[in-house]
Amino acid sequence: MAKRELQEVNAGSMADIAFLLLIFFLMTTTMDSDTGLARTLPPIVPEDEPPPPPIKERNVFAVLLNSQNQLLVEGEPMDISELKDAAKEFIENPERKDNLPEFKEIEVPLLGTVEVSKGVISLQSDRGTEYQAYLMVQNELARAYNELRQEFARKKFGKDYKDLDEDEMKAVRMVYPQKISEAEPKNVGGK
Amino acid sequence: MAKFKKSRRGGQQAINTASLPDIVFMLLFFFMVSTTMKEVDLKVMIKPAQATELVKLERKELVTFIYVGIPNKAFQSLYGTEPRIQLNDQFATVDDIQSYIAQARDNMRESDQAKMIVSIKADRECPMGIITDIKQALRKAAALKINYSANQKADSN
Repeated sequence: MAKRELQEVNAGSMADIAFLLLIFFLMTTTMDSDTGLARTLPPIVPEDEPPPPPIKERNVFAVLLNSQNQLLVEGEPMDISELKDAAKEFIENPERKDNLPEFKEIEVPLLGTVEVSKGVISLQSDRGTEYQAYLMVQNELARAYNELRQEFARKKFGKDYKDLDEDEMKAVRMVYPQKISEAEPKNVGGK
Repeated sequence: MAKFKKSRRGGQQAINTASLPDIVFMLLFFFMVSTTMKEVDLKVMIKPAQATELVKLERKELVTFIYVGIPNKAFQSLYGTEPRIQLNDQFATVDDIQSYIAQARDNMRESDQAKMIVSIKADRECPMGIITDIKQALRKAAALKINYSANQKADSN
């Protein structure tokens, strides 16, 4: 009997099968990575704990957001576009004004003794405030801090904040700690 | 004399397609590796909020999601048109959050439990009331690292 020549498997349809799988994965895939604003909530306070000592008024930057998504900053209505600069001025207090926050000197590794603002940003929203508006306020405040840190990093290290190594970043964060306190929301808007 | 025969004149030669499957498989593996399957079916409508100072959620296994929004059309007769919370695949109330967080934490590796992040994916028009309730519940559940989910805003300045 003559040995038959070994027949090659027809691989022509392999491409079709692979394409089918490829299209399946293309359809089910979600490439978008999740992004957002990271925040840390304050731990819950035990009820029998004495209330924290009051903070001097000059050290508090009060931001109120009502159910119509309107801003009230330090008792004055303000547009969201001005919030970042107002917050920066509050934290930095470049002219050492009396009505803006005090400074305390702390020891920071790598930098020595640095004056750090005692200012705290207090954010209070209403139950009817829109999420987007609230997030925009958070965003603007975060931007104020990010810009301050960036300027400081450029001045002290000659680098962008995001290019600093971990210790330097920590030092910059100690000089400009993100102090945003959120008060319990009010329910005035009646929603 | 002509040692090399001229190949047939006219009539195009077929391109060798033997390597096509390899190329397609390469693409396939790329997508298989980079893909993340949608974990849940959203039952609420979420138009994501927008912001500019975003941070990426790097490690997916640390993140637990809470969805907030108005129920889909199909569920509106049952659940109404007020914003609702969705945990995993079902609608829930604020009271369910603590047990949900505890459960999610149990499912994590012990070394990761302290790094747990809760991402709140809320519709941009959702009122803050419900979000505040969620935040209070998260504080009670001791899940303090949160992330307000938002998309990159097209630059306006």
